[in-house]
Amino acid sequence: MKVHAPATVNEACEMLARAAAEGRTLRPLAGGTDLLVHWPSKSAAHEGEYLDLSGVSELRPLVWRDDALVLGALTTYWDVVREARVAAELPLLNAAARQVGAVQIQSRGTWAGNIANASPAADGVPVLMAYDAGVALRSSGGERVVPLSAFYTGYRASVRRPDELITAIEVPIRSRDVAVFHKVGPRRAQAITKIGVAITRLAGSGADRWRIVANSVAPTVVRCREVERLLDSGARITSAGGFMPALQADISPIDDIRSTAAYRRTVMGRLLYHSLLGACSSVV
Amino acid sequence: MLPMHRLEGLAKLTGAERYLDDEPIPGCLWGMTVRSPVSRGRITAVKFDPAIDWSSFIVVDHRDIPGPNETYLIENDQPVLAAGCVRHVHEPVVLIAHEDRRLLRRAVAGVKVEVDPEPPVLDYRVPPRAEQVQRGSDNTIKSLRIAKGDVERALASAARVIEGEYQTGAQEHIYIEPNAMAAWVEGDVVVVRGSMQCPYYVLNALKHALGRDERRVRVIQAPTGGGFGGKEDYPSTLAMHAALLSLKAGGRPVKIVYDRDEDMAATTKRHPSRVRHTTGVDADGRLTAMKIDVLLDGGAYVTLSPVVLSRGIIHACGPYFCPNVLVEGRVVLSNSVPYGAFRGFGAPQTQFACERHMDRVAGAIGMDPVAFRKLNLLRDGQTTATGQTIGGISGGTDRVALLDRALKLGAWEERREEAAAFNLTHPYLRRGVGVSCVWHGAGFTGNGEVYLDSKVQVAGLADGRIEVRAASTEMGQGTSTVFAQIAAAAAGYDAGEIVVATPDTAVVPNSGPTVASRTVMVVGRLIEKACGELKQKLGTRGSGLGVGGLNGDSLRRAIVEWHARNPGREPAATATFEPPPGVKFDDERYVGDAYATYAWGACVAHVEVDLRTCAARVLDFASVQDIGRVINPVLAKGQVQGGVVQAIGWALLEECRFRDGAMVNNQLTNYIIPTADDVPPIEVEFVEVPYAHGGGGAKGVGELPMDGPAPAVLNAIADAMGREVGADPMTIPMTPERLMTLVEAAEGAHGV
Ligand SMILES: Cc1cc2nc3c(=O)[nH]c(=O)nc-3n(C[C@H](O)[C@H](O)[C@H](O)COP(=O)(O)OP(=O)(O)OC[C@H]3O[C@@H](n4cnc5c(N)ncnc54)[C@H](O)[C@@H]3O)c2cc1C
Repeated sequence: MKVHAPATVNEACEMLARAAAEGRTLRPLAGGTDLLVHWPSKSAAHEGEYLDLSGVSELRPLVWRDDALVLGALTTYWDVVREARVAAELPLLNAAARQVGAVQIQSRGTWAGNIANASPAADGVPVLMAYDAGVALRSSGGERVVPLSAFYTGYRASVRRPDELITAIEVPIRSRDVAVFHKVGPRRAQAITKIGVAITRLAGSGADRWRIVANSVAPTVVRCREVERLLDSGARITSAGGFMPALQADISPIDDIRSTAAYRRTVMGRLLYHSLLGACSSVV
Repeated sequence: MLPMHRLEGLAKLTGAERYLDDEPIPGCLWGMTVRSPVSRGRITAVKFDPAIDWSSFIVVDHRDIPGPNETYLIENDQPVLAAGCVRHVHEPVVLIAHEDRRLLRRAVAGVKVEVDPEPPVLDYRVPPRAEQVQRGSDNTIKSLRIAKGDVERALASAARVIEGEYQTGAQEHIYIEPNAMAAWVEGDVVVVRGSMQCPYYVLNALKHALGRDERRVRVIQAPTGGGFGGKEDYPSTLAMHAALLSLKAGGRPVKIVYDRDEDMAATTKRHPSRVRHTTGVDADGRLTAMKIDVLLDGGAYVTLSPVVLSRGIIHACGPYFCPNVLVEGRVVLSNSVPYGAFRGFGAPQTQFACERHMDRVAGAIGMDPVAFRKLNLLRDGQTTATGQTIGGISGGTDRVALLDRALKLGAWEERREEAAAFNLTHPYLRRGVGVSCVWHGAGFTGNGEVYLDSKVQVAGLADGRIEVRAASTEMGQGTSTVFAQIAAAAAGYDAGEIVVATPDTAVVPNSGPTVASRTVMVVGRLIEKACGELKQKLGTRGSGLGVGGLNGDSLRRAIVEWHARNPGREPAATATFEPPPGVKFDDERYVGDAYATYAWGACVAHVEVDLRTCAARVLDFASVQDIGRVINPVLAKGQVQGGVVQAIGWALLEECRFRDGAMVNNQLTNYIIPTADDVPPIEVEFVEVPYAHGGGGAKGVGELPMDGPAPAVLNAIADAMGREVGADPMTIPMTPERLMTLVEAAEGAHGV
C-alpha cells in the first residue's frame, strides 16, 4: 500500500494528473469507510496507491453562501447533523445523515466519498439530487461543476475523470413545500438500503417543481422523471398502483442478495403513495 | 445470595482481557486453510502455483495425520482433512502456515483443489435421487420416535383435526470472537490453547487424530468471546489443524484465527427444520392426539445431529398434556456445512412449530389462544410424551400461573384492546400480540449425564483461599462468577476468596462440556458437594471440629494449618456426578424421564407490521420463566434478554443465503442480526421453584430463552395481519419479502 499525503488541493490535483499521465491508478481516500471495507480479504487493494485527503484542510469546511450550502469534500454526515441550520433549511440532508450506518460511520464517512463511490444504494445521493446539488470537480486543468443528476453514467460509473478531485458539493437553497426522505433497510441501523426515495417540490407555481430520486432500484441512483412529469402534470393518483406505469419506466430493480425486484417495485409504489398522502394531500 | 459483578467484567470493559488473536506469541506462524470449491465430488488434483516458493511454507494434507483421519465425535465420519472426496463447499483440504500473514493469504489463493463434481443434495426436503445417496439407502443420518397411547385412533375420533407445516432456517452464531486456536509442542506434549466451550472434546479429538494419549496432549481454554454452541465441537477441527501444522513445523507455535467471512461460511450453523403437525382436539378444546413429523437438515457429516434430533423431538409437544402422541424425527444428510450445536439444540425449531400450531389450532376451533393453552398446559401429575410424570423433583411449578404472570407483565389485555382500536384507524400500520409457552430440559438427555461421569475438584490454597477446578468454560455467560458464588456459599467465604481455575486439561478434571444449560445446575452442584467433602476431610483430620462443622474463618484456618503441616501438598476434594434417585430413561424406546427436571417459560410479544413494506417490528417483549433458584439475577436476566434478541433475529432477520451449497451472505453487512435499535424493551421476571439437585437450587437458563420468542413474535404477526389481511406466517425468518408474498397470496385468494 502506497499513500500520498498532499497538503493542498493543487498538490492533490498534480499528483492525480501525474498518476493519470503515467497510467497509474491513484485513489482518493477520505473517510475510508467504503475503501477499507473487507480490507483483509481485498489482497489486490493492498498493492494500490492512495491519495490521503485528510491533510488537505481546504476541503474541510461547510460554508453557507447566500444562495447555497457548500459542503467541502471532507464534510462528514456528522458535520451536517451538528449544523442546526441544515435541519431547518435542508432537512433531508439531516434526515439522510442520521440514517447512514450508525454514529461511528456518520462521523467518518463523507458526502463526497458517498458520491464518488457511485453505489446505487448510496443514501447521501438521493437527498442531494432532490435538492438539485452540483458537484465541483477540480483537476490541474481547471474546475467544472456538474449537476449531480448528470453525474452518473452507469453502474458504478460517473463523469469524473481519474485526474479529477471532488472538491465540494453545492446545494442551492430554495423554498420547498414538500420534502420527504424514506429509507427501507433490512434493519433500523447499520443497514444498506433496499429501497430509498427522496422527494421534494419547489414552492410556488410553475412547471418542473417535483424531484423524485430513488436509490437501490436501478444501476445508479436515479431521478424518476416519468413520475416527476406525472406529478407536475397535476394528475390525481388515488392508489399506489397509480404510480406503477410511470415507475416502470423510471426504475429497473433486480433480485440480489438483499431483496427482490418484485418487492422493490411494489414498495417503491407504496412509499410514493403514502409519502405524498402524508406530505401534501392535495396531490393524491 | 447477593448479585455479584462478573469476575472478568472489568478486564473485558477496559480491553485488558485478550482474545487469542490479540495476544502476540513469539516465533508464531499463522495457519490458514485451503478449502473445497464445490459441494460434492472427487478430488482429482491439488495444484500449487509454481510461481510461489513453497519451501518457505509449512504445508499439511491428510497424509500428515498420525492417527485416523477422523474427527472424534459421535460417529467419527468427518475427516480432519479431505482425502479423495469432498462433501461440502469450504471443506478443509490443505493447511498452510507462514510467519507473514500477507504472503500466507497469497499462498492460499495459489493452491487449486480440482474436483470432479458429483450430484449434491442442496435441498434436504427433497428425497434424494439414487446418484445423490451418500449414506445408507436414503441419506438418513438418524431416525427417532416417541410413541404414547394410540394416536391414529385418537385422531379418528377427535372432534376436530388440524394440520400445519412449519419451517425454520439456518442460523449463524455470530459470537463476537471468531474461532481461534494456537498449538505448539512442549517437550513431548502437544499443547493447544484457544477459544472453546469444551476442552475435553478438543482433548479427545486430538488424542484420536494424533494417536497420542492424554499425557502427551494438553488443552487450555483462552478467554472466549461467545460460543452459543458454535464452539462446542468446531474448535476440535481448528485444534487438530493447528497441531498438525505445528508438528510439521518442528513444534513451533502456529495460530489459526478465522476471518469473520471464513467463520460464517465454513463453520456450523443451526439445523434448518420442517415440522408437520396433525392435531386432534375434543369438543372442549382438549388435546387428544399430537402426530408430529420432524425433519432436520444435518449437513454433510453426522457431527452432533443425532442428539440435536433427540432433544428436538422430546420438546416437540411443548409443555402440554396430550394422552396420544406420535413424534417421528429424522435428520438427513445434505451437502452443506455440517449443521451443529446452537443454543436450544433442536428444541427452538420444534417448539416454534408447536407454539405457532397451538395458535392455529385455537383459531380453527374458535378458542382464545390463552384459554386454549391454559386448558392444555401440563399439570403436576400428568405425563409428557415420553411418559415422564411431571412431579416430585420435576414438579412444583404452576404453569398456568406462570403464563398469567407473563400476560400481566406483557400487558396482554391492554395491548390487545389498543391494537384493535389502532388497526381500525391507521392507514398502514397494524399491531398485534402473541404468546408462547415453552419448556426446556436442562442437562444431557436421558442417561447422558451418567455417561459423562462429570467431576469437579476443589482445593485449599496455602493462603486459605479455595480453588475450583472444572473444565466448564467462561465464554461471556458468567460461569466463573457463578461458580465463585456457589463455592463461596458452600464454604462460608466471600466470593472474592474463591479462585476459579482456567480450564486446562493438565489441571482440571472433566466436568463435562459447557453446553445443554447444564453448568450451574449439574456442575454447580458438584462444586457444592466437593466443598462439603473438603470440609469433612479437614474437619475429621484437623482442629477437633465436628464433621462439616468447618465454615468461613474456621475453614480458612484449617486450610492454612493443613498446609503448614504438609508442605508441598494441598488439601483437595473431588465430587463425581450421581443421578438424582428414581430418574430413569430407556434410550432405546424413548420412554421415561428424558430430563431430571425442566425450566418453564411464557412469552408475550407486541409487534407492529408496516403494510407498505411488510416489515415487522417488535415493540415490546415480556418473558417470565422458572429456572429454579436464581443465583445471580443480573446474569440470569442477561441470559434471557440475550436469548430474546437472538431469537428475534432468527424469527425476523437472519437468513443464510446459499448458492450452489455455499453461503453467499457470509458478511455482517448482508447477514442481518438485530442492532440495539431493532430490539424492543425486554421485561424479564423469574418464578423460583428450587431444584433440589441443582447447584444452589438452580435449573438451566442458557437455552430456554431461545425457545419462546420466535413463535410469540410470529403469533403476534398473525394476530396483526389475521382478520383483515389473512396472511398466516408459518416460516421463519419472516422477512418482509416473505411476508409480502404471503399477503399477496392471501389477497389473491380472497379476490381483493
Ligand atoms: C458499517 C458501515 C455502514 C455504512 N452505512 C452506510 C449507509 O447506511 N448508507 C450509505 O450510503 N453508505 C454507508 N456506508 C458506506 C460509506 O460509509 C459511505 O458511502 C461514505 O459516505 C463513504 O465516504 P468515505 O469518506 O468514507 O469514502 P472513502 O471510503 O474514503 O472513499 C469512497 C470512494 O470515493 C472516492 N473519493 C473519496 N473522496 C473523494 C474525492 N474528494 N474526490 C474523488 N473521489 C473521492 C474514493 O477514491 C473511493 O473510491 C457504510 C459503510 C460502513 C463501513
